[in-house]
Amino acid sequence: MTKQKTLDLYFLDARHKLIELAAFLDRVERAEGKDDFRLKSFRRALGELTGKKKKKARNVLLAFSDPTMEPIDKATSKGACGAFPK
Amino acid sequence: MKYIEPHAHMVSRTTDDYERMALAGCKIVCEPAFWAGFDRSSPAGFFDYFCQLTEHEPKRAAKFGLKHFCWLCINSKEAEDVKLAGEVIALIPKFLGRSNVLGIGEIGLNKNSRNELRVLEMQVELAAKHNQLILVHTPHLEDKLKGTKLILDVLKNDKRIKPERVIIDHVEEHTVEMVLDCGMWAGMTLYPETKCTPARAIDILETYDRERLWMNSACDWGVSDPLAVPKTALEMKRRGHRAGAVEKIVFSNPKRFLEQSPNFKV
Repeated sequence: MTKQKTLDLYFLDARHKLIELAAFLDRVERAEGKDDFRLKSFRRALGELTGKKKKKARNVLLAFSDPTMEPIDKATSKGACGAFPK
Repeated sequence: MKYIEPHAHMVSRTTDDYERMALAGCKIVCEPAFWAGFDRSSPAGFFDYFCQLTEHEPKRAAKFGLKHFCWLCINSKEAEDVKLAGEVIALIPKFLGRSNVLGIGEIGLNKNSRNELRVLEMQVELAAKHNQLILVHTPHLEDKLKGTKLILDVLKNDKRIKPERVIIDHVEEHTVEMVLDCGMWAGMTLYPETKCTPARAIDILETYDRERLWMNSACDWGVSDPLAVPKTALEMKRRGHRAGAVEKIVFSNPKRFLEQSPNFKV
């Protein structure tokens, strides 16, 4: 697929998602109270979008991931929240 | 366009979904055993579920012209109780002879705990002992990277397990490469919010060797789309992939993996 065709197929969708990200940040910044590790993790992941480094989707996923290798002692919940407290 | 849905939890779906899948070209649906959204209180609950997967659900699928196959296991979300898991695993051999059973799955990890890991090892042992195919669930979101590494370590350390007889499901951009490098198959799950979108799944197809890749909807009782596979096939065509390349991913590849089970007949 050429760059032109990629832009034709996906530019508007990506633009829409980028504005949604910006609006999310505006929303959480204007809200009262404290934030938590998820926002910190989110901002770190955003940093992967700029620059010329390749594999941006992979690097965003890594920014949210648990980097440790030791199994936890016990599963106390079943769900995941999307970010690891680093 | 004909396709195989290699991972769908049809016990959670309506007959309308079967009809829509059949109309979209689905010929075969494969259903791994999974978490019901609540913990079962006894092994008897699992016994009934295994009967549902091997007796009732194939009949429901057949009403819409679909062949139904299944995988059996205790899922990782109910694996914290090792005693219960052992009792459930003991039930499985008597079901392995049933004609629609493909192997052991979806086993794996959820929160990457020691007990989950122990139960994973018990089920890998079961698969090795009975020469069964293995379908692996990898954890969600922030737990996926670590869980995938731990799972691959368990599988690689058991020399009885042939990598080409294992599919590691729910891969994303940060885990697909390590799975393929081990010689195993990789499944991409198409979810509206988590896991892969159709566009990202096709990006992965275009980036890595697609000989051991498949796509599935993993539709269940949560936010999911039973038509995710044909919709992604359509997206492939929009990008200019030829019909043969699309069919390879949505039909030929899953067929090639699943045919390693003597029960799988198209």
